[in-house]
Amino acid sequence: MMAIAFLLQTLRIAVPYLLAAAGGVLSERVGVIALGLEGLMLSGAFGAALGAYYGDSAWAGLAGALAAGAVMTTILAVATLRFRANQVVVGVAINLIVVAGTRYFLRLIFDSSSNSPRVAGFGGEGVGNAMLASFTNPVVWIGLVTLPALGWVLYRTPFGLRVRAIGEKPEAAVSLGVNVMRLRVLGLYIAGAMASLGGAYLALDQHQFTDGMTAGRGFIALAAVIFGRWQPARVAVACLLFAAAETLQIQLQGAQLVPSQFVEMIPYVLTIIALAGLVGRSTAPAALGKTE
Amino acid sequence: MSGPSASGAAGSASLSATTLRALEAVLPPVVALCIAAVIGDLLILSFGESPAAVYALLIKGTWGNPYGIGQVLYKTTTLTCTGLAFALAGRAGLFNVGAEGQLAAGGFGAALLGLALPSGLPGLLAVPLCVMAAMLTGAGVGAVPGVLRARFGASEVIVTIMLNFIVLALLNWVVSTHLHLPETLRTPDIHAGTLPRLADWFAVFSGSAANAVLLLALAAAAASWWLLFRTRSGYELRAVGLQPDAAEYGGVHVPRVMWTSMALSGALAGLGGVNFVLGYKGYYEDGFAGGAGFLGIAVALVGRNHPFGIVLSALLFATLSQGGLAVNAIVPKQLTDILTAVVILSVATAVPEVQRQLRAAAASTMAALTRAQQTSGGRAS
Repeated sequence: MMAIAFLLQTLRIAVPYLLAAAGGVLSERVGVIALGLEGLMLSGAFGAALGAYYGDSAWAGLAGALAAGAVMTTILAVATLRFRANQVVVGVAINLIVVAGTRYFLRLIFDSSSNSPRVAGFGGEGVGNAMLASFTNPVVWIGLVTLPALGWVLYRTPFGLRVRAIGEKPEAAVSLGVNVMRLRVLGLYIAGAMASLGGAYLALDQHQFTDGMTAGRGFIALAAVIFGRWQPARVAVACLLFAAAETLQIQLQGAQLVPSQFVEMIPYVLTIIALAGLVGRSTAPAALGKTE
Repeated sequence: MSGPSASGAAGSASLSATTLRALEAVLPPVVALCIAAVIGDLLILSFGESPAAVYALLIKGTWGNPYGIGQVLYKTTTLTCTGLAFALAGRAGLFNVGAEGQLAAGGFGAALLGLALPSGLPGLLAVPLCVMAAMLTGAGVGAVPGVLRARFGASEVIVTIMLNFIVLALLNWVVSTHLHLPETLRTPDIHAGTLPRLADWFAVFSGSAANAVLLLALAAAAASWWLLFRTRSGYELRAVGLQPDAAEYGGVHVPRVMWTSMALSGALAGLGGVNFVLGYKGYYEDGFAGGAGFLGIAVALVGRNHPFGIVLSALLFATLSQGGLAVNAIVPKQLTDILTAVVILSVATAVPEVQRQLRAAAASTMAALTRAQQTSGGRAS
């Protein structure tokens, strides 16, 4: 029973990582550094709360999240693809703009500096066990299938072949008649949708938006993308690994075996080690960051 | 006849090259500020307030009284340091997104030494020691991504971001378990190394946080300028940033330049930590950096990676940051945070666009000149 509870909690914690990391893989595969994941997630969470509040249903919340994600993706795409602005700077700016923007609109719309009112979520009232109840949430299932689906698309479909081509050698893709710009824009919007769903999961699960509720999860997802070497299956394993460490930390809270700060560091330390090539080298898609 | 006309063309071309450079530097920030002003107006109107009233309040709360000026100068000090940090690495072609962690680490280094030194130690000795401790700690944190980049080719962007989380978590752990006063996340007061506040010299600033570290930050800007544009190392650093392969061919040891410039960048960010620890509070407090490291990116961007531009741009962003507090009564203070992010986004977007437009204009001018020259030369022969 202990093991099942552990597994279920790990999966729950992993859902936002899996969604955002899927967005990260796709974004970086089409050549745009995924530094803005955190901001996209937070905008998704805010959009979800807004949609669920006004539409009074969790589905309206999902629509709100996708809309908010699309707005932020438009800014990202116009700046990096149309104007070829530096991707690192744009990514940092997206995160800043969402943190400040959600606080501003929180006060404008809900007249609060910390959280939205309680909003609709995905029921699960009929299920007795609270842990199982959260699995009636469709976003959980979307999260669990996203990375395997992305892996299938990347390696088994013509679309995926083109995406991998523009990630490694856009010139070659151009010479074969691929519309690189269109594919990049499309990839960014799908990536933005995935990341914003990751944020929506948080808001709908807690039935409200709270200031800064993503709390660095976008960066943990980015760490999973790099640690998983941009390959969906490996990235999914990385997300589950990071989530399992977090679950262990929560369940052992009383024992105080390892300070929580050290558990928090795990994803980042592993990523740096992977980047330095100390344990199997992780190499970015060749065209990453070069959208000229 | 072709002689004078050719030299005339060359003269006007070199003139246009200088103007071009100036325009390339100044136009993007100007465009960005205009865009930010428009968006700011819209946001203020969405809150049902008058933009003129809000901006008037913003100016009054910052430059309108000595306390406001003091607070702006205090924020300018930290932002100058983190802006210089980003710019120095940027000149070497590297992105130091880790100023936030380096800033915090620098402050912690200064506080740790300040706690270790005996309390009777004269400031003339204690202050330089604590400042050195801050810069060395910052340099240590900055050197890690530099070495990983130089030695293994690991992306310094990702490593600096990840290192921010690691450093901040580590500092949080050290302070919360070993060094804190009960019920707080701050260290005890340091024994030696505190610096005077501006209010100690000019009583009008009383209550504001501005302090003598402002002078250190200005000195750091001057030193950075001298290093970048008047020394051989600075020349090598800029050469690596512009064209690493050519620099390598010219005999520059590129990996060494990479990690030393990252270490130096970290040292500058670490110096910023002194502002809070030695100048303002006299102790280290968890979370004091509060985003000033990331704001350094905005400062460097608008200051166009030039040390003197950075001081001016730090003043601008410090005014916005303090101004947010001043207007908070009628519009949320996040208004100015949004504007800051909009400025970053617009400058980043405007830089390549302005470059393209200006170069296209210059190229067509040059082409016209060459054509004119050829026709006149043809007539002469």
